[in-house]
Amino acid sequence: MSDYVHPYRDTEFVLGELVELERFCAEAGLHDVNGELVSAILAEAGRLGSEVLAPLNAVGDAQGASLGEQHVEETPGFADAYRQFRESGWTSLTAAEAWGGQNLPNVVGTAVNEIWHSANMAFALCPMLTQGAIEAIAHHGSAELQAAYLPQLVSGEWTGTMNLTEPDAGSDLAAIKTKAVPNGDHYLISGQKIFITWGDHRMTDNVVHLVLARLPDAPAGVKGISLFIVPKYLLDAQGRPGARNDVRCVSLEHKLGIHGSPTCVMSFGDKEGAVGYLVGEPHKGLACMFTMMNHARQSVGLQGLSISERAYQQALQYARERLQGTRKDGSRFPIIEYPDVRRMLLTMKASIEAMRALALVAAAEVDRVAHAQDPTAAARHQGRVDLLTPIVKGWLTEMAQEVTSLGVQIHGGMGFIEETGAARHYRDARILTIYEGTTGIQALDLVGRKTLSNKGELLADLLDEIGETVTRLESTGPLVALGLALSDALENGREARRLLLANAEADPALAGSISVNFLMLFGYLCGGWLLARSALRAQALLEAGSGDPQFLEAKLVTARFFGEQLLPRTQALLAAIRAGSGSIMALADEQF
Amino acid sequence: MKILVTVKRVIDYNVKVRVKADQSDVDLANVKMAMNPFCEIAVEAAVRLKEAGLASEIVAVSVGPSACQEQVRTALALGADRGIQVDTAEQPEPLIVAKLLAAVVAAEKPDLVILGKQAIDGDNNQTGQMLAALLDWPQATFASAIAVEEGRLKVTREIDGGLQTLSLALPAIVTTDLRLNEPRYASLPNIMKAKKKPLEVKSPAELGVALKAHTRLLKVEAPAERQGGIKVASVGELVEKLKREAKVI
Repeated sequence: MSDYVHPYRDTEFVLGELVELERFCAEAGLHDVNGELVSAILAEAGRLGSEVLAPLNAVGDAQGASLGEQHVEETPGFADAYRQFRESGWTSLTAAEAWGGQNLPNVVGTAVNEIWHSANMAFALCPMLTQGAIEAIAHHGSAELQAAYLPQLVSGEWTGTMNLTEPDAGSDLAAIKTKAVPNGDHYLISGQKIFITWGDHRMTDNVVHLVLARLPDAPAGVKGISLFIVPKYLLDAQGRPGARNDVRCVSLEHKLGIHGSPTCVMSFGDKEGAVGYLVGEPHKGLACMFTMMNHARQSVGLQGLSISERAYQQALQYARERLQGTRKDGSRFPIIEYPDVRRMLLTMKASIEAMRALALVAAAEVDRVAHAQDPTAAARHQGRVDLLTPIVKGWLTEMAQEVTSLGVQIHGGMGFIEETGAARHYRDARILTIYEGTTGIQALDLVGRKTLSNKGELLADLLDEIGETVTRLESTGPLVALGLALSDALENGREARRLLLANAEADPALAGSISVNFLMLFGYLCGGWLLARSALRAQALLEAGSGDPQFLEAKLVTARFFGEQLLPRTQALLAAIRAGSGSIMALADEQF
Repeated sequence: MKILVTVKRVIDYNVKVRVKADQSDVDLANVKMAMNPFCEIAVEAAVRLKEAGLASEIVAVSVGPSACQEQVRTALALGADRGIQVDTAEQPEPLIVAKLLAAVVAAEKPDLVILGKQAIDGDNNQTGQMLAALLDWPQATFASAIAVEEGRLKVTREIDGGLQTLSLALPAIVTTDLRLNEPRYASLPNIMKAKKKPLEVKSPAELGVALKAHTRLLKVEAPAERQGGIKVASVGELVEKLKREAKVI
């Protein structure tokens, strides 16, 4: 038996009961997609994940990628796993049919991606980055660039990378220095990029880099950045990889986790200049990147769910097997019987189920934009995508820190020993609150662009919808207590919104001071809301005598636990928000 | 060559098997089900023969309630061309399954029927042999290699003493052992295409088979829990214990 098994029942519950995938697909005219097909897809992805990718996770951790003479040499076994992954067509899941994709909804892709990241996050980063490159080229590339690169990226024959960060340009992309000089039908790129995930490897016969660089006449700041395609091998007349381009990985980072994923320092144009092709319009590179931002950020949030699920499965198995304690009859019992171990396991389980619900509901909003019947509906769903994205990225990845840490804790001393594997998930999770925009960046996005700039309208719409769930809970006998817990958290959310809107203008440091607490408050509120909706559905199904009673009863208890043990955290977060910027800004820099 | 391949819906091998409280059967309520692993090997064998240009059509058949259409679809995703579900309310015993399959064979007229040597639920290891007897066809059970040579089938089978190679005239029955092949994963495009492949439902009445049970399941019990082992201090003590306590020597 594999040490990772996809929790398909919870995924299918969320897709069926919260997302209402079948109804959505019928309304959107996606007649080929139904629950039965999605079950078959999840089952087969689950097998490949458990049997092929999951066993390589520990291998990648112990034997990370290394820098060879010509190429980055990936972990042994990864190339063969990638071949199986690609040949099975998983890289093409959500891509358009025109490029050889299967055109399945984003929410189905998200549900499947959970499997890859749980099984082997370091490996799954490679296709995740490729998906980002596909989107950038599909949205902004010229017809020629699309025809030259998309079919091979969609089929997984080539992989893609995102080259944004430079030594002096991290969260602040305005500082980008990499140059692009026009040279006939192309540009010559020169400069250095760092933190390039899967920047090089030998698993495919080309790597397609998307690179942010400045044209000679570029205005300063973020409005002077353009986006380029720079392939590792230039394409010959037949469109096949030919001569090596002037781009290479010059060094690999030594990291806390995800050792199986090569994090490259990429050098462009050391000799004659790397040949690049402009994607979209000059100086609009950052706008191109923003198209992908929601997707990329939700994907990293999903990684938070995935790694938490993996840590939970391992901790649960240990808690069931580890005998510590003797009964009166002399028999020994496992630690899962201790209340505090149960508290930790339930904190993991309840967080994970809330995370999964939020990740999938948010992913489905992206589909609802694409298939909206009219512009008003599209705008409303886009507003929800915009609002939920920083919460998915920020809250899920922050929760992953707590959940994977509890995973170590449940193992006791063995959790601190690397052979156990629990520490690996904890280390791997640590990157998630950092890359693709730190928690601080997500929180600023939430309070700024997503709240203050629309006078809190997007939040008000969400809060009203949560209010409707509270009303339904209040009239559902067994769920009244959960209704009260959600109602309290909802009031905390309303008050947090009011405080931000009322005081942000007068105190310029307020938004930044309260932002992370604000994000976490709304994370718990959204998680509690979706678990409450899950509980309503579980209660209805139980009353109708339909479904698996064991699963549905556990869902009710899990939602109750979240209401009792996690939703009250919104109270403490509100207290911190209410305190505002006072003490945070009171010390002079040198007093620290 | 036309191949008929059989697939059975069984409890997933990852699931911990539990007995119903009244001991009437294994508890299958809300349990994950999957294709019998030996049947996966049978499907893979058929698909490889087709990929080698030796087979023209693969028909996947399952006997059982409508839920087993899921396993027929899996076979279609793996490369079978069309499917048949013989609809029975419950899972019939091997002899009935063999009779239903014989009726399907009479209608489909395949040149080769490939079955798993047994299913991981009942572990009966009977259906293939019974089907061969009913059809009066040659059979090669526990196959670990299959080749087609001059219109005949060359099958290597695993027997207690080693390997035996048989040459069979077609039509024939083959049942698969574990080492015949390593089944592939269904690809995403093929899972999508499988939805559109034909899947026909037939009733036992249509096939002229009465669902008469010849055996009765009296009681199902979980195996006795293993007692913890002990360490012995010397070979002498071991021999003593084997003689007096285990009574095996």
